[in-house]
Parts: sequence; structure tokens; C-alpha cells
Amino acid sequence: MHWLPLLGVAVVVIGFALRFNPVPVVVAAGVVAALAAGKSVGDILALLGTSFVSERALLLYVLTLPAIGLLERAGLREHARNWIGKLRGLTLSRLLIAYLGLRQVLCMMGLTDIEGHAQTVRPLLAPMAEAAAERGREPLVEHERHDVRAFCAATDNIGRFFGEDVFIALGAVLLIQGFYAQHGIELQPLQIALWALPTAIAAFVIHGIRSMLFARRLASRSPSVQPAGERDAAH
Amino acid sequence: MLRIEHAYWLLALFLAGTAWLNLRDRRWWHTAFWAVLAALFACGDLVLAAAKAHHELPAQIAGVGVLALAVLAPRMHRGELRERAEVERESDALRLRHKLFVPAVLIPLVTMAVALFGGYAVLGGAHLFAQRQMTLTGLALACMVALVAALWVTRAKPRAGLIEGRRLLDTLGWAALLPLTLAALGGVFAATGVGSAVADLVRMAIPVQSALACIVAYGIGMVLFTVIMGNAFAAFPVLTAGIGLPLLIHLHGANPAILGALGMVTGYCGTLFTPMAANFNIVPVALLELPNQNDVIRAQWKTGAALLVVNLALMYLLVFRT
Repeated sequence: MHWLPLLGVAVVVIGFALRFNPVPVVVAAGVVAALAAGKSVGDILALLGTSFVSERALLLYVLTLPAIGLLERAGLREHARNWIGKLRGLTLSRLLIAYLGLRQVLCMMGLTDIEGHAQTVRPLLAPMAEAAAERGREPLVEHERHDVRAFCAATDNIGRFFGEDVFIALGAVLLIQGFYAQHGIELQPLQIALWALPTAIAAFVIHGIRSMLFARRLASRSPSVQPAGERDAAH
Repeated sequence: MLRIEHAYWLLALFLAGTAWLNLRDRRWWHTAFWAVLAALFACGDLVLAAAKAHHELPAQIAGVGVLALAVLAPRMHRGELRERAEVERESDALRLRHKLFVPAVLIPLVTMAVALFGGYAVLGGAHLFAQRQMTLTGLALACMVALVAALWVTRAKPRAGLIEGRRLLDTLGWAALLPLTLAALGGVFAATGVGSAVADLVRMAIPVQSALACIVAYGIGMVLFTVIMGNAFAAFPVLTAGIGLPLLIHLHGANPAILGALGMVTGYCGTLFTPMAANFNIVPVALLELPNQNDVIRAQWKTGAALLVVNLALMYLLVFRT
């Protein structure tokens, strides 16, 4: 009996591997795991219902959409692009690294929800990054544009994850403290949070370097920007 | 007093408006999907209150609603949603310039103000914001402030707010729902003992006398379980109870504070690899209109893999210090 609920995990893995629509896959996995654990249909429905409505906070970011949509209609993305295009010193790698650092520091202060994919990445960071990437070279082609946007989203994720674990009053640290307290080990939040700091620094360094390499690769793909030495040699 | 429930009602209203616009476009599946979701958000508190009083029926009806969403989701297609012509947007952008940033920046600023100072705001002797989930309540308020500011800056009609919001929500489609469904699955897995079964499996596979093997099993276990659940928070209690406490702390004398902190961030590396962490890895794919579901994961997995190695090394070097 003990192993049977693992069938739910199998449903998820197979469903994702076969690229079915994830929503029914996930719900089916829940039903399978609960059936395998010997729960009745009534209990399963109640469990699904209460689990779902207790997690409603996860959809709140959708409330940003009317304001963001309205601004997009009036050219927000176009303006962000035009403006960054004029700032000479702001290269793609500097923009990404600055955003990464800011995101980490704000999350360390517990401000995880003030930035995000809906709040800042789509309306601000992505168009700015596209404009910065296009400086001094010809316009990005379609798949390069996609790469830049995906890298922006990745930068937001990494900044968030490896900043918030250093914050003492919320989330990860309290979960760790609470878990140990249940098992008879008393710890102060600060004792725990401090040890997430080396990883936070490593994340900044590693992703910062990757941002620079990414920006350089994009720039070198364009025939209009060749290293000065090569150009001189050719003429 | 402003509570998080007010934000849910506001969201229910927006979802219902989206359903209504889809109904007028005769997009039946979309209409049904957003309408069911709106109902679940509007009645969520009733469901939870009833469940607390051991009254199961509302929760069961909500469960049927979740099943209905699962059936409807695959029938939603992005379809053609009209956006304003680029020439018009470009000319507005030249006219309005930096004014366009003001409402956009108001969202993080107002949220931050509420998060930092909301606890001190008093109106008529009562606190203006409820303690619970104050940052998210602030986010909802910030969205409304930003919407009013955006209407003022762009001189658009209020209707346009709903129409444009709906355009973006339908762009997201079922991906918007995935984080919620996955979190609900986490609840079901926790209630059915999937966690302890996984921890037992890992323990059967390693030589427990080797401290290094235990570290690697703990770290890789955190990553694997996070990849399956889409959430390091779900993995932490399971793996730490199954491997961390009995083997590393009690048998090999590891420092619990360091092990806990590094174990958790090792799990976070797993979050960077998995489509199950939908709000971080799938929602942005839809929001940024990327062609492939795994585009964001592809952009970040190398950072995650490098950090995983760093974390395992840090764990091995730091947790056994006396």
C-alpha cells in the first residue's frame, strides 16, 4: 500500500514527457494518488477543492494585467525600447546584471512580489533588453528576440530564488526553523539565513558571467559588429 | 479593513468580465473556463469556512469545478486577439513618453509601501490592512492604483482596461491556472504519503556509512523531489526527515542550521529545471509569447547546474565543521 501513491508521480512524469496539456495531467495525477491511497470519491473531490481554493494567492499576479494591457495599448513597450536605445552606456549585460542584483537585494528584504514576470519582466525588462541587445547591430531576428526574452525571465527567477532564502522573516527560513523545532532542535532564524548567503553570492557571480557571455554571443552573431582588429585587417 | 479576500473578489470580477467578453465573441470553451474559475474565486472563502466546520459538500462542489477546469483547459487555443496597430502604439509612445512608465512603476512602489508601512496605516482607529498576506493585499491595491493612473495617462475609456486585461489573460490561457493546480497537487501528495515513499526509495539506494554519499543523496534527492513537485518547500520536510535528520545530523554529526539552509537552496536549483514550477517557468513562456514551453528552462538550467555543484561542495565542506 505504502508504494501505491507513487503512481501519481508516474502520471505526472509520463504526462509531461508525452506533452499532454499539463492541467488535466496534474489533476489526473492527484486523483490517481488519492485513489491509490484508498480515499473515497467524495473525499478526493473535497481534497481537490480545498487544496485548490487555499492556493488562490498564486493567481493574484493576474490583477496586474488590466493596467499593463492599457499601457501596452498606448505604446509602453515601444517607448521602453526607444528610450533604452538612446542610453549609450547601458549594454545588455549591464542591464541584466543590474536587474539581477536589484532583484536579489529586494528579495533579501522580503520584497519578493514587487517584481515578477507580469509586473516587471514583460512590460519593462524584456523590451529594454531587446533594445539594449540591438544597439550597434542590426535588428534581432525572431529567434534571437525569443532568446533575449527567455533570458530575462531566467534572470528574474534566479534573482528571486537566491535572494529570498536569505530573508529571515518569511518563507524558506521559517519553514526550516519550524521543521527543526518540531524535531526538537531549536535554532534562530538568523543562524539559518546567514548560511544561504554564500549561495546567493555564487548565484550572482555565475549568472552575471553567463549574462556577459550571452550578450557577447548575441553581439558576435551580427555581421555589422566585428571586432575592430578584424575589420582593420580586412581593409 | 482591507483583507486578502477582497483581492480574491476583485480577481473574480476580472475573471467574470473576461468570461463575458469571450461569450460575446462566441468562444464557448474560454467562456466556460473563466466563468468556472471566477466562481471558484468568489466562493473560495465559503468553501474553506464550510470545510473547517466539517461540512464537505461545498468543497466537493469546488472539486468538481477543478475537474471541469481540467477538462476545459485543452480546448482553449490562443486564437486571434486583436491588438492595436503598431503604428498607433508607436505614435502614442512618442507623445506620452516617460509618462507611460509612471503607472507601471506604481505597481512595485505601492506594493512596497504597503509591505513596509502598511502595518502602521490606521483609518478611524482600525488598521487599514489585515496582517495576513499584507504584501499581496498591497499588490492588489497597487494594481488598482496603477489602473486608474493608466486610464488617466492614456485618456482611455475604463472599458479599455477590461478589454486589454482580457487580451493578456487569454494570451496566458490555461497556463495562468497551472501554478494553482500544481500547488493543489502538492496538497494531495502530502495527504497521501507520496513524500515518505520517495524518501524511503532514496535511502534504500545509498551506502549510509559514507558521509559523502549521504550528502549527495540528500542534495540530489532535494533536486529530484523539487523537480517532481515543482516546489522546494514541499521537498524540504520530506527529504530532511528521511535523510537529513537520521543520517546526516544524527549519524554523521552535521550542523543542522547549515544543512537546512544549503539543503533548501539546493532544492531551489531543482526549481530552475522543472516545468512543474509553472509560475516561474511556464507562465513567463506564455506572458512573453515564446514558441516553446521549455524556453525559459533552457535559458536558466546551466546556472542551476553550476549552482548545484557549488551547493554540494559547500555542504560537504561546511556542515561537518565542529
